[in-house]
Amino acid sequence: MQTLERIIAEHPFFSELDAQYAQLLTGCASNVRFDSGTYLLKEGEGANEFFLIRHGSVALEIFAPQRKPIIIQTLGAGEILGWSWLLPPYRWRFHARAVEPTRAISFHGKCLRTKCEQNHDLGYELLKRLAGVMGQRLEATRLQLIDVYA
Amino acid sequence: MPVAYALHHVSQETDDTFTLVLEPKDGRSPESFQPGQFSMVWAFGAGEVPISISGDPSDAAHLTYTIRSVGPATRALVSAEAGTSVGVRGPFGRGWPVDAARERDVVIVAGGIGLAPLRPVIYRVLANRNEYGRLTILYGARRPADVLFREELVSWSLLPETQALVTVDSGDLGWTGHVGVVTTLFRHAKLFPHDSVAMICGPEVMMRFVAQELQARGMAQSNIFLSMERNMKCAVGFCGHCQWGPHFICKDGPVFPYSRIRPLLDRYEL
Repeated sequence: MQTLERIIAEHPFFSELDAQYAQLLTGCASNVRFDSGTYLLKEGEGANEFFLIRHGSVALEIFAPQRKPIIIQTLGAGEILGWSWLLPPYRWRFHARAVEPTRAISFHGKCLRTKCEQNHDLGYELLKRLAGVMGQRLEATRLQLIDVYA
Repeated sequence: MPVAYALHHVSQETDDTFTLVLEPKDGRSPESFQPGQFSMVWAFGAGEVPISISGDPSDAAHLTYTIRSVGPATRALVSAEAGTSVGVRGPFGRGWPVDAARERDVVIVAGGIGLAPLRPVIYRVLANRNEYGRLTILYGARRPADVLFREELVSWSLLPETQALVTVDSGDLGWTGHVGVVTTLFRHAKLFPHDSVAMICGPEVMMRFVAQELQARGMAQSNIFLSMERNMKCAVGFCGHCQWGPHFICKDGPVFPYSRIRPLLDRYEL
């Protein structure tokens, strides 16, 4: 059976992460699973978690008045979910729903923030990785905005 | 001069996209074509339009085209009755490098109706499976209702040594597949960029980003090919309607190596 620390270290988001950081992060982590159709997080609620998706698929949804929910992105194994835990006011901006049975590592947001404040090297490492993902998603969103297939 | 064909049948793929199947009126076989080539298809009384061939290159009895119904000529074609006469010139242009891709992996990346000019490549690879390596098909559409060749995509995804992934830019609750732009599919694809040939067709912006993504994953520019669309008219490089920088799309393309056209792709107003 794999230890939590090893699972974290082997997740693509933490590829080549220094072992001491993986150990620090493990203290904030737990294994979680979600049945298909379950919400991992909901818009407006407190953002206290950060997820490494291991298996399954999660849809990010936006609700618009008088319309069915719009799925703006799906995330799968090897991807991460959530960065609202990092920045005030620590509130989710979207809904996230498991499209299929999903397993993930969940980190407690406040625990992560505390460790990042105590160890700025860890904080910088985490922020660099998050910024890379944010950049990719921003680029993808810009392409969606262009609506190239119209 | 156009050759007379008869409309065999029209099938509706999505709200605005249709597949036309034509057969020669004189009983001969249609002109053979290379995947990626196009024809000038004439709806008599409505006009002539360039359309990429979307059918099986080994089909000796029919020519197949998939088009969006957006103007007088395409509207006339998709609403015509079976048996209606249609004029066809061609095939024209340079197609996909299906021969150069032998013994290598083939990566197909398509957006929207861009899957249509690539479907003949898929047929060619699947009909000659031992001559090619892995086949990866990455396809993006605007909405679930806009996904072309839906049943074929499912059947291709079940074949050995073949991966077919579909994403949409905007999903709904009935859609359980990927949501996100087509470049997000690369994370789920099993690619070996150093031994692959990539063929891309879709909106230019999409192709530019896909080519950049492929390069970031280690694919050489010389192994990336794009199909360009411009207003082709004469189809033989005389009229200049489809001139794009130093190239005539109809004659020098529509398929180009990325290495040859990269500087033109991000030039404003070209």
